[in-house]
Amino acid sequence: MADVMLQNVFKSFGATAALQDVSLTIPDGAFVVLLGPTGAGKTTILRMVAGLDAPDKGSVHIGGQPMQGYTPAQRNVAMVFQQYSLYPHLTVRENMEFPLKSPLLNTPRAEIDRKVAEVAQTLQIAHKLDNKATALSGGEMQRVSIGRALVRNPSVYLMDEPLSSLDAKLRADLRVEMKSIQANLGATFLYVTHDQIEAMTMATHVGVLDKGRLVQFGTPREIYEQPVSIYAAGRLGQPHINILPADLFGPAPRGAAFIGLRPEQIKQGEGQDSIVKRVEHLGDQTRLHLSFQNHDLITVTEAHTLLKSGDIVKIQPHNAFFFSADGGRIV
Amino acid sequence: MSFSITEPSNRQKWIAGVLVIAYALITLMPLAWIIATGFKTPADAIAYPPKVIFEPSVEGYVNLFTSRSRVTPEDLAALPPPETFYDEIVRQYDMVITGPSKYGERFLNSIIIGFGSTFLSVFLGTIAAYAFSRFKVPLKDDLLFFILSTRMMPPIAVAIPIFLMYRQLGLSDTHLGMILLYTAVNLSLSVWLLKGFIDEIPIEYEEAALIDGYTRFQAFYKVVLPQAATGIASTAIFCLIFAWNEYAFAVLLTSGTAQTAPPFIPTIIGAGGKDWPAVAAGATLFLVPIMVFTILLRKHLLRGITFGAVRK
Repeated sequence: MADVMLQNVFKSFGATAALQDVSLTIPDGAFVVLLGPTGAGKTTILRMVAGLDAPDKGSVHIGGQPMQGYTPAQRNVAMVFQQYSLYPHLTVRENMEFPLKSPLLNTPRAEIDRKVAEVAQTLQIAHKLDNKATALSGGEMQRVSIGRALVRNPSVYLMDEPLSSLDAKLRADLRVEMKSIQANLGATFLYVTHDQIEAMTMATHVGVLDKGRLVQFGTPREIYEQPVSIYAAGRLGQPHINILPADLFGPAPRGAAFIGLRPEQIKQGEGQDSIVKRVEHLGDQTRLHLSFQNHDLITVTEAHTLLKSGDIVKIQPHNAFFFSADGGRIV
Repeated sequence: MSFSITEPSNRQKWIAGVLVIAYALITLMPLAWIIATGFKTPADAIAYPPKVIFEPSVEGYVNLFTSRSRVTPEDLAALPPPETFYDEIVRQYDMVITGPSKYGERFLNSIIIGFGSTFLSVFLGTIAAYAFSRFKVPLKDDLLFFILSTRMMPPIAVAIPIFLMYRQLGLSDTHLGMILLYTAVNLSLSVWLLKGFIDEIPIEYEEAALIDGYTRFQAFYKVVLPQAATGIASTAIFCLIFAWNEYAFAVLLTSGTAQTAPPFIPTIIGAGGKDWPAVAAGATLFLVPIMVFTILLRKHLLRGITFGAVRK
């Protein structure tokens, strides 16, 4: 295992700037999740670390060593791709053995068998080992693909939305499983996702990417509680943070254009009147869609609330975030 | 994309079946005629109206594989009794076998040249197609167009220059010369076909192999080649069919050592009367290798034809 460092990395594909001046340090043993919408540069960062793409400017270091000119094999990284993950002409077992049999690792037969059996057990695919890779469901394929990475002991695991194609139950199981694997191995993970639950539950650090720039890097809690911008605040939190005109509830700090309110930053029962437009019972919680001075906002209330649409609820901001006109946070 | 297709009705199935069988009968007719003629006696072969039912004979095959010469009835009577069935057949016509014919040799030449050029076309085609598919090649589009353009005129249009060049280079009537020629003609087809097949293989597989600890070349032969097997097999069949059936260049450039079967078969007619059964026998046997090759690769060929239609 090793730490990974990107220093002032730039990369463009044709006229599109994929990464602009990204510097990022992934400590040894950390589980770093990169968050951002499609096109933010998440996958490009993984490919830079893997050595599949080279930075236009800047450098990538693994374990303190500059990686320029190193092939993916020499970097000893494991990667799980988002799609097309398995070698279709091989069986599940052969797929999982593939990295172990490489000239890089050249593992003895007994060790290969032991490793494959162990990982297959963890991922619940032991009974599928002798199937053709193409004879699996999407979820099974992705588990095999994760397995192909886990049989190794690389300097860093790179994962590109590995759970996105799985159903909710399996995703929840594997989330816990991967986190415990990472904790047990003390492995360094660089993990790309859209899914904020994955980010919140698995990450030791979250990097928020916006159009090729790393806009914030910190623990999930820091990103959630101290977002640097509207954009970063919008990456985490369910329901989504409410962004409203700054002076809607009263005087705002100088320079503030927007007020940002997460559900827990909206105090119910005091303040000014808002109208309930819709009530969504989710079982463990209930979401309220409110209308306040012709602005819509969403918050959460107790599960067994008796509120119904048309009712009046008093609301008031509590420790709200304020943002300037360009979206930056005003502290 | 998926289309919903209603199950064809029984009547539609019947009509389709009848049409397919009718088409098969029409296309198989000449083939059946050739195979049948090979087993007729020379007299039956030219009988009019044609004989559909006849007494089979291996005379055609005996004549195909032997050289014979005519002897006087007195000399024939003086010979010891025939030892083999083919001696017996030949003697009915006042002839004796003087040795094997050239057919075996010519057939072997066809095999060497056909399979040799097919191997070379597919080998060179695969690595060229891989490079065109995966790497930044300067002037890629122009090069690909140039390669295609070599097929824009019929190859025979350059027969005279090639004839003269081959004479100068000492390649006339050599196996190497014919292999090179057929490879040159087939290569454009091979590069273009295989590029299509390799383009369809997602590059992610190779990237995965690179990360799994393999070199680029190892990724190529462990991951790309097995997946391109379908394309390689269908390309090989197309190349072999061309090289195997090629007649014009073979007539022009070969006469002895490297002569292939196609220019040789017609010469059988001249040797001692119009021996149609021997010609038909030669043609029938000539079909066998390509049939065997195609049957061996048919699984790949079928997948090759429907390639891209089925989501993997």
